[in-house]
Amino acid sequence: MSEPRTPEEQTDNQPNPPEPSEAQEPTKNEKQQSPTGIIIRRFLKNKLAVFGLIMLVLITTVSFSAPLITEHDPTSTDMLNIHADPSSEHILGTNGVGQDNFARLLYGGQISIQIGLYIAAIVTVIGVVLGSLAGYYGGRVDGAIMRFTDLFLVLPFLLLVLTVVTILQETTLTIFVITLGLIVWPNITRILRGTYLSLREQEFVLSAKSIGASDFRIMRKHLLPNAVGPIIVNATVIMAQMIILESALSFLGFGIPEPTPTWGSMLDEARNLGILTGQPHMWLPPGLMIVLTVLSINFIGDALRDAFDPKSKSR
Amino acid sequence: MSNENNEALLEVDNLKTFFYIDDKVARAVDGVSFSVHRGETVALVGESGSGKSITSMSIMQLIPSPPGKIEEGSVKLEGKELLKLSERQMTKVRGNEIGMIFQEPMTSLNPVFTIGEQLAEPLVKHKGMKKKDAKAEAVKLLKRVGFPRAEETVKEHPHQLSGGMRQRVMIAMALACDPKLLIADEPTTALDVTIQAQILDLMQEIKEKYNSAILMITHDLGVVAETADRVLVMYGGQVVENAPSKVLFTEPKHPYTEGLLDSMPDVGDEKERLESIKGTVPPAHNFPEGCRFAPRCKYAMKECTEAVPELREIAPNHQVRCILYEDRGGEK
Repeated sequence: MSEPRTPEEQTDNQPNPPEPSEAQEPTKNEKQQSPTGIIIRRFLKNKLAVFGLIMLVLITTVSFSAPLITEHDPTSTDMLNIHADPSSEHILGTNGVGQDNFARLLYGGQISIQIGLYIAAIVTVIGVVLGSLAGYYGGRVDGAIMRFTDLFLVLPFLLLVLTVVTILQETTLTIFVITLGLIVWPNITRILRGTYLSLREQEFVLSAKSIGASDFRIMRKHLLPNAVGPIIVNATVIMAQMIILESALSFLGFGIPEPTPTWGSMLDEARNLGILTGQPHMWLPPGLMIVLTVLSINFIGDALRDAFDPKSKSR
Repeated sequence: MSNENNEALLEVDNLKTFFYIDDKVARAVDGVSFSVHRGETVALVGESGSGKSITSMSIMQLIPSPPGKIEEGSVKLEGKELLKLSERQMTKVRGNEIGMIFQEPMTSLNPVFTIGEQLAEPLVKHKGMKKKDAKAEAVKLLKRVGFPRAEETVKEHPHQLSGGMRQRVMIAMALACDPKLLIADEPTTALDVTIQAQILDLMQEIKEKYNSAILMITHDLGVVAETADRVLVMYGGQVVENAPSKVLFTEPKHPYTEGLLDSMPDVGDEKERLESIKGTVPPAHNFPEGCRFAPRCKYAMKECTEAVPELREIAPNHQVRCILYEDRGGEK
């Protein structure tokens, strides 16, 4: 199926050039804005969101180009040079086993951002599929799917993570992502089910049916684009939550194990009064990065929610 | 008027659609039979809750199920039984052989797609057209329903159009694949009066041009008078009178039809108050025994509550479901 999704593409396909109408009515251009155009414009109006977007892009770029920025290996230890103060060699000093803090900060960003992104992606896909099935079909399908999600919702979240992490001694990124993903999916599934439940009652669903669209096609082509707003917003919320959660779990020692650097484990290393008071360069940068990243994602999510809301006043 | 030699385009026979809510059974459509011929406009008239919309949805098999279920009867389109088709086969009928227009043009179009994309959908689905050809065809369709600047309209989104324009788009969409039958469920109710006339004219014009048929569902007798060849009056899930529209307006037989016509404002009339039919439509899960209109009927007799009267032919092409005519025209 090669249905053009974006209005930009669609305009390209049109054989008739729009010039004449623009010449006649100069205000037309404004009115002819596609929804995508309106959303982008509304998003860019939000200064905080633009700041968030720039910050996030910056943090991501810097993290993922870490090998170009520092030649230190974040995992290599140097027992002769532990708890070093910042110097030209080690910009943020070294930690308790002599690893370069700056390199760990950069590489840790990779892990945090990947965790947030992957979990948000997995959970959103699960949520969209199950939420649309439950919301669109309702009745027994809805009942079955919702009882299944309830089952996961009542599980004690933290306890479960701790159990899984303890049992699987070697927590890799993949295991970590899958575990957390499995635990947070019920929330987003419930939210999206509600979205689909209300979309299903819209008249255009009936009219799509009356021109012969199948259920699957209605869910995919007619409902999904209408649910994009809530989907994106929830994905950003999950992403921010997961970055915080990873830090919290790492801080408790249940995150991704050493020697893989994460922001949370860097904070964990600073769990010591001497370091807290005497060496802020150990914990301030990772803490700041977590705050900045999460804040940026939240700003973006907020702005997207407003931008996708058709009733929003800022047209 | 219908041509008797022709086989009916649509034949509905003893259609029963029930809704099961909690432990109650709502008999929303209870034994409806009628036929629509090529080139004919048939109007289904009745108050809210009379089952006229459910009848049209049953023909399209768009009844939400559960709780709704088509219990009995047959719906034949050119002799093909629609109720026996699978959902998959039915999607090939909808929009292709039968087109449908809804009451709410403001919300019946998907807000995120352009008009052109929506018009192209049935063409791609039923005619196997390429996306690009379908888009070009969409421009022609819009021209057909009277859009002067169709080339630009296809690129617009629904919120940029007025209600009347959206209804035109809906009509264009329903007509995209030249359906044999067009079902219009209160197509003009949400529009203002000047637009109403335009839309009705347009539908009539297209019907004549393409020799299709229209099944018009409405509670507006003005619309009926203007467009319909034949009228089916529905009450309580049943057809109570079936007559050519001229006959119905001059000599209504069923007391309910009489009441409906009396409650219509008349320009030349000096009456101070409009007549109204007392009472309300009984809920579909709790119909009275016997004739369903009896509790509101000014001619009601004891016998009315005994059994549901038959739909009887009292004149060629004119059927009435009332005990008054059973006695006169019947076997007695």
